[in-house]
Formats: sequence, C-alpha cells, structure tokens
Amino acid sequence: MRKAVTYVSLAIITIGLLMIPLGLEFGKPHHTDMDDYFLRFGQEQTATNNQCTSVTFDFRGFDTLGESTVLFTAVIGVALMFRRFYGGEDDADE
Amino acid sequence: MGVKMMRMSKIVRISADLLYPFIVIFGWYVIMHGHLTPGGGFQGGAVVATGTALVIVAYSYQDIKTMINKTVLWFQESGGLMLFIGAGLGGLVIGFPFFYNWLANSGSLFGTTVIYGPNPGELNTAGFLPLMNIAVGTEVWGGLTMVLLYMLSGLEKREEA
Repeated sequence: MRKAVTYVSLAIITIGLLMIPLGLEFGKPHHTDMDDYFLRFGQEQTATNNQCTSVTFDFRGFDTLGESTVLFTAVIGVALMFRRFYGGEDDADE
Repeated sequence: MGVKMMRMSKIVRISADLLYPFIVIFGWYVIMHGHLTPGGGFQGGAVVATGTALVIVAYSYQDIKTMINKTVLWFQESGGLMLFIGAGLGGLVIGFPFFYNWLANSGSLFGTTVIYGPNPGELNTAGFLPLMNIAVGTEVWGGLTMVLLYMLSGLEKREEA
C-alpha cells in the first residue's frame, strides 16, 4: 500500500514536472521581465561591462556567498579527513 | 627520512620554477579583470592554484613542507571569505541593504561610472565586484592548495607503510 502510494505520487510529480518544458516551444524562450531588466539596466547600475559577473556577484551575491561557503566547508572536510596523515601527533604547530 | 624522495627530475623542477610566476600573473590577471573579460574569482583562483599544484607535483613532500606555510594558506582561505562577507556588510554601514553594490558609480575606489552600450571598459569600474573577485580568488587559491597539500601528505604516509 505504501509502495503504491509512493510510486503514484512519484509518477504524478514526474509528469507534472515534464509538462512544464513540454509546453514550451523550441527557439522561442519564455519572456520574463528579469532578463530584460538585466540587459537594459545592469551595465549602468553595477558599472560592469561583463554582465555575467554583474549577475553572479551583484544581483545573485547570495549564491556566490553560498558557493564560497561550500568551498570553505569542503576544504575543512578534506583537512579533517587527512589530518592524521598530515604531520601526525607530534606536529605541535597546529 | 627513510622514505624515497619522490621529487621529479631537475628539468621538471627548473621548468616548474620558471613557469610558476607566469601562471600566477595570468591567474591574477583573470581575477583582476573579472568585471571586464570572461573569468572571475573562481576561475582565476583555480588558475593560480594550478601554478601551486605544478610546484607541488614537481617537488617532493619534504621540500614542499618547508616551501609552503600552511598557516598562510589558512589565513588566505578564511581571510578571503571574511573579505567577501565584509564587502557585503559594508553597505549596511552606509545605509544600504546587504550585498548592495555600494561602491558602484560613487567616484571613489572602483567607482567610475559606465554608460549604457558598448565601450572598451576600464579597470577602475564596477564598484565592489573587483573586491569580491579578489576575495573569492584568494579563497579558492588557498583552499585548493590546502586540499592538494593534505592529499599529498596522505600519499606520502601510504608510501612509507
């Protein structure tokens, strides 16, 4: 019973998510106000010629903050994993 | 040390020494021109870390341990992240929201205005985006080098056993 419910809900979610891109037409991107705003005002507002940088670092700065934190956490994880190889117990400077 | 020294031949070591400054300069060029040309902090930091990786590959672990100070690398990584968050928080002091580009079009550091349309671009523009690029580049440089150093230390102990 539980398995059937799981499969049915999974199928519903999959079909529902597939309906969204199937409704779009190829070669005609969905029109949003956001991309027009970026293209028209991004250069003046952020004083940046490279609009990719202006989006990733300014309009979506939180995203880049998360990426930096992910990298920081990954490095700390690697350092914890390889800690006993690095120097060993008699390494007193850390 | 009873362990066999795992350094490469003298040709590889001298080539790595010669190439290292150019790779670092190119990586910092990518970081500093992140708001004008393709690239940015992550990409440029990865390029600089590639230069460090070249030196790490060319020399043995015993040589690397004396060459690279890991405390400096830790300070690089955490300092980069702190500079990033600090640049975001700087807008709060003046009265703007978090992560507002408070240096853009201000006329001060990186504050030259840019008009709409194609233009050759200038390095002294883009507000706090160069600061962000420098912060992220420093962090990626320190972080990737730390990962390489720690993994190399694991390899060294495996050889011994």
